[in-house]
Amino acid sequence: MKEKDIEKNTTLTELSDKFGQKYGKDYWRSLEALSQTEEFQQAVQNEFKESPVEWENSLNRRHFLQIMGASLALAGLNACTKQPAEKIIPHVIAPEKITLGKPLFFATSFVLSGYACGVLAESHEGRPTKIEGNPEHPASLGATDIFAQASILNLYDPDRSQVIKNIGQFSSWEAFLNLLRTQLEAQSGKNGAGIRILTETVTSPTLAAQLKTFLKKYPSAKWHQYEPVNRDNVKLGSQLAFGQYVETQYHLENADVALSLDGDFFSGMPGSLVHARKFGERRKVDGHHAQMNRLYAVESSLTLTGAMADHRLAMKAGDVLTFAQDLAYQLNATKEKSQHNKGVAGKKWMDALVRDLKSNSGKCVVIPGEFQAPEVHYLAHAINKALGNIGKTVRYTKSVEASPTVQNNSIRELTDDMKNGLVEFLVILGGNPLFNAPADLNFGEKLKTVKTRVHVSPEENETSEWCHWQIPQSHYLESWSDARAFDGAASIIQPLIAPLYASKSFHEIMAALNDQAGKSDYEIVREYWLSQLKKGDFERSWQIALHDGVVAGTAFPGISPTLRAFNLAPQEAEKGLEVVFRPDPNIWDGRFANNGWLQELPKPISKLTWDNAAIISPASARVHGLENGQSIEIKRNNTSIKAPVWIVPGQANETITLYLGYGRIKTGKVGANAGVNIFPLKTSDGKWSASGISVKATKEQVELASTQDHGSMEGRHLVRESSLADYVAHPELFHEMGHEPDPEMSLYPPYKYDGYAWGMVVDLNACTGCNACTVACQSENNIPIVGKEETLKGREMHWIRVDRYYTGDENNPEVAHQPVMCMHCEDAPCEVVCPVAATTHSDEGLNEMTYNRCVGTRYCSNNCPYKVRRFNFFKYADYITESAKLMHNPDVTVRFRGVMEKCTYCVQRISSARIKAKKEDRSIQDGDIVTACQQVCPTDAIIFGDINDENSRVAKAKAEHRDYGLLAELGTRPRTSYLAKLRNPNPELIES
Amino acid sequence: MATESKQKNQAPLIEPGHTFGSVSDKISSLVLNKKTPTFWFIGFGISFMLMNLLLLAIAYLLFKGIGIWGVNVPVAWGFAIINLVWWIGIGHAGTLISAILLLLRQEWRTSINRFAEAMTLFAVSAAGIFPLIHTGRPWLDYWLIPYPNTMALWPNFRSPLVWDVFAISTYATVSLLFWYVGLVPDFATLRDRTKTTGAKIIYGVLSMGWRGSAVHWHRYETAYLLLAGLATPLVISVHTVVSFDFAMGIVPGWHATIFPPYFVAGAIYAGFAMVLTLAIPLRKVYGLQDFITMRHLKNMAKVMLATGLIVAYGYSVEAFTAWYSATEYEGFMILNRMTGPYRYVFWSLIICNVAVPQLLWISKVQNSVVGLFIIAMFVNVGMWLERYVIVITSLHRDFLPSSWDMYSGTFWDWATYIGSIGLFLTLMFLFLRVIPSISIFEMKTLVIGRGDKKEDKK
Repeated sequence: MKEKDIEKNTTLTELSDKFGQKYGKDYWRSLEALSQTEEFQQAVQNEFKESPVEWENSLNRRHFLQIMGASLALAGLNACTKQPAEKIIPHVIAPEKITLGKPLFFATSFVLSGYACGVLAESHEGRPTKIEGNPEHPASLGATDIFAQASILNLYDPDRSQVIKNIGQFSSWEAFLNLLRTQLEAQSGKNGAGIRILTETVTSPTLAAQLKTFLKKYPSAKWHQYEPVNRDNVKLGSQLAFGQYVETQYHLENADVALSLDGDFFSGMPGSLVHARKFGERRKVDGHHAQMNRLYAVESSLTLTGAMADHRLAMKAGDVLTFAQDLAYQLNATKEKSQHNKGVAGKKWMDALVRDLKSNSGKCVVIPGEFQAPEVHYLAHAINKALGNIGKTVRYTKSVEASPTVQNNSIRELTDDMKNGLVEFLVILGGNPLFNAPADLNFGEKLKTVKTRVHVSPEENETSEWCHWQIPQSHYLESWSDARAFDGAASIIQPLIAPLYASKSFHEIMAALNDQAGKSDYEIVREYWLSQLKKGDFERSWQIALHDGVVAGTAFPGISPTLRAFNLAPQEAEKGLEVVFRPDPNIWDGRFANNGWLQELPKPISKLTWDNAAIISPASARVHGLENGQSIEIKRNNTSIKAPVWIVPGQANETITLYLGYGRIKTGKVGANAGVNIFPLKTSDGKWSASGISVKATKEQVELASTQDHGSMEGRHLVRESSLADYVAHPELFHEMGHEPDPEMSLYPPYKYDGYAWGMVVDLNACTGCNACTVACQSENNIPIVGKEETLKGREMHWIRVDRYYTGDENNPEVAHQPVMCMHCEDAPCEVVCPVAATTHSDEGLNEMTYNRCVGTRYCSNNCPYKVRRFNFFKYADYITESAKLMHNPDVTVRFRGVMEKCTYCVQRISSARIKAKKEDRSIQDGDIVTACQQVCPTDAIIFGDINDENSRVAKAKAEHRDYGLLAELGTRPRTSYLAKLRNPNPELIES
Repeated sequence: MATESKQKNQAPLIEPGHTFGSVSDKISSLVLNKKTPTFWFIGFGISFMLMNLLLLAIAYLLFKGIGIWGVNVPVAWGFAIINLVWWIGIGHAGTLISAILLLLRQEWRTSINRFAEAMTLFAVSAAGIFPLIHTGRPWLDYWLIPYPNTMALWPNFRSPLVWDVFAISTYATVSLLFWYVGLVPDFATLRDRTKTTGAKIIYGVLSMGWRGSAVHWHRYETAYLLLAGLATPLVISVHTVVSFDFAMGIVPGWHATIFPPYFVAGAIYAGFAMVLTLAIPLRKVYGLQDFITMRHLKNMAKVMLATGLIVAYGYSVEAFTAWYSATEYEGFMILNRMTGPYRYVFWSLIICNVAVPQLLWISKVQNSVVGLFIIAMFVNVGMWLERYVIVITSLHRDFLPSSWDMYSGTFWDWATYIGSIGLFLTLMFLFLRVIPSISIFEMKTLVIGRGDKKEDKK
């Protein structure tokens, strides 16, 4: 902005004065008018004149954190970097337990859609820097998903909502309390009939208790729950089956055969990490144990579950019910069969599946997708019962949610009440209904009828724009809370850091509503649990619960609900084009839109970054004459959106999958205007797929940044794979796929490793391709993000990437994932060519990168056959944003422009283990060192350790027949090796 | 005597009628004539602007980082390396003409050696910029030089890039010396003939007290011959070492033993093409047809034809080896070059470097100045494309299909490349203006040779 313009512009204060005069006390109602005026926008711009630099090009977008750094001056972070003017006293005696340079780990819980996953947060001198899984937590078992890993970035996001605002102006907590007082006084006469509280899914016992207290006092007030990616269909299915809301848990450790009905139980679903771990354990094949489970998947879009399946069938989402009905019929679980003559799956496939399930009664499981119709859930319950799986592979408990609600109905009730003018005071605790409420409800329009609207959220989003009050919500690492895991086990969420900004937790807001303003969330949560943990010594149980990250004995006991009869009308096959909605695998319902790590993370199958797209199959693309990136107009119920096409083999034909959450307008610099908003097509019927849509191709092209353009292995033996039966018959077959040259052939003398020799094994049979390793590595190693433009140029920085290859038929390909990081080659091609010896071999076999010495010729990258080296083409690392400085792992160098970087085997973790071992006068034991990728892996597919130690897990894995080196035929002798992938196809379905 | 008579049937190396005086007049007037021709100002102006584009591009590069170019992973080398190899290749002809042809006593080198050497120097200067600026942190480039330091760190002598440092710097030094030594007698001529004091001083200093005594001539001849002897292996070695940058790599399309000879031949090929590109307009605008005769042009055309065939052989051997080795990666690399996304570059290269130069078999084409110029331009382009194919198509699809990606030069890539041509031409124009572009005293030996024979007949 030119200086002249600035002078001309009105300030916010002037503006509010102006409006104050003009509208007097009525100015609430004119909020919309006000916020829409150019003057207002201008004033807001002025208020933040350091921050809104236009993003005309990639460089600016890449520098978002740096740009935003300036705005932090507004937010009181100065205290972290500047010393106060007064005389200060240093820690002569350090606070208890804190040793400078030594991280501490605290158990807490990350919550997504209400479901808690226990984590251990690493703290460096009081700053949380990394999230690890909590092995003692039932939903984590030591692993985490990508969301929990990336949640640390949300804490330090400079775009967070930082101050309480009242119509765009800075306000105060006291002012807000005043508002509450007047509102509640006004409502107290009518029992709170005009009050509504809208939350997302609540499993927090404390928050639920607070809400109940409030509703007791104001019996006519209502509590609504809504989030777009809800479990309505699961609940409705359970209602159909049992007449009550029950939670279904799957015990894959007991399942020899599993069938997934258009779901993805490896990601997104509650308990997915446990599913992955237990499923993976049943796929560990070693010299002593050569048995595997078998997975069938029927699905519309290729998911991680489908990619892992031994048999996968691509099918329209709308046909899954037909399929389930036929399956249930053949398994004697229902009386009706579908109207489809041959069955949508084909007779051979269905018969083989039925026989396999029948012969494994009590040892199999059918898992319906959360986004499938309630009837599919009913049928799955019926099938599991018919197969005798209940109590063995399937377990029921009461609902984990504090107040299970069909959320689409709940939001509809709320909008109806708003329309009817019944709502006077609305408190929205989290969420972004203006962006993601069902389109047909017209939430935004109706919201305007509410006189006073309060929104509490971690970032200023679309809903904040239309609410009078915006209150920053504390991050889970900043506030006390609690939540339940998928099995009902409660966890206390304990903060690691005081709120960075003037944020409040939901508990503090609710306390204020309950006339307990000023009560800290610590007191609130502790008081609640004081009432719960009555037995014995409370202090002790409290300490244990905090230490372990889970409150002992709170997991729900199993129940045995009776299956009701339900007559399902015979189903037909779906006709015509179908559209399927799914939460985005990376940014979920849009709440992670401003998280750069997740935006830049290649999506599991499509490998897209920074965008969503209309996913279609290659055959459908040919039929409709579409190509990658071409924009299509998708019309449903007179609403249409434009989305670019992305062709993915394995997608069901005539099915377009749209991932929700993109197209955010009001969010931080990272997520704004990325991708396409799908919500306009999603309606309150709660359906996750719809037919009767029309599609029109346009001539527009959208550039989509994919990190892997080529899906074929070109006949190279990169991921070595065979069937279990072939492997058992011929264990050497993987070694015969490639010829390794004699190690003596090198010109240079071999290295000697007298001490440790670090090595890694990746079990391709266990890897689900979930990407958690990539985010964990990014967090551990201070890896920067580069933005869409740079990703398009092929400059993403991930040290570990997950390659995805397709084999076989393009309509129903087999998918293999291969995590690739630095192989730490024994004869490393990169080491020889570096002119300044910046990459060298350590005496423990690490291929070490000395950033300080690197001049950046990039010869090493050219000569690396694995292309795992990453180059700082620009100054990607954020040196400016104050909050980013807090986030960086102090044990890892932040790399400057012009240097090469790559996987180090987490050398900082090796060093810390070495220091610890030396202090204790012992050698490093197997398991002392856990790399970041290994730690987070849900299926335990990554093994790291000393290969000189014959008894180490990694040495044993390397002795397996399945062990092979990627591109070992080049003579690189990689230290990281792979265990070949096995599939366990049904012999009946093997095509000769 | 048979060869002599054969030579007589060919076009002469210097047109008849020239005396010592006329040779000196003609060549030194190019420099000493006060009136600078208009075309020089136009040419120099354009070149100088382009050179400033180079400066701008480098300044922006230093400010922003290597990311302003199109390079990525997997294609971590781009225009900079292509240009380096291209310019180094061009820089081969000068020393080859001066040194090797001198040792082989090829008299026809005389009229073209001076500016061919100058061209070499300027091409090496242009080339030398690229390895310096293509690194991520150019301010640390000196770490590639082995110098004693407090860190007790040496460069990695196993790396071909370190060999490059030695090869290119040695070549540049020897070329410069060789050129300068050859210039000393001519500087003396200019000193004697110039009328302005400033020029007298400058040429006087540059001529190092040359008086043309027999002792001077004797020492000169010895020094020149020794330098020629030194320069000769360097002509071969410098491009051999540059080719090692690729050949020592593991990348399919780089890792080939044919590279050194094939690169050297390619360099001579490119060098002669560039000499022709420069000589043809030069003799036209300065009226030097008497000195740079058709015989010169034809000889250069023949060298181009011969080296072009060696290069073509190199291409076919690459393909043959890829097939014969039965290595899937090598086989794929050749197929990808011919049919992949960069196939247009590859086939353009074949047309420019293999197909079009075959026209030189036709004597009509050999005798056509315009024809030679056009073919030389084709080869200039073709040799650049050859390096593009080697660097880019080899890298963009190597071992793991997951990493495959595309590369294209950005505005700044082109700006740097075109700017380097600007630098080259700027230096060339300055050279034409202040230094005799044809060796005066060596031309006189041709006059002597002819005069003697005439007297014999009498």
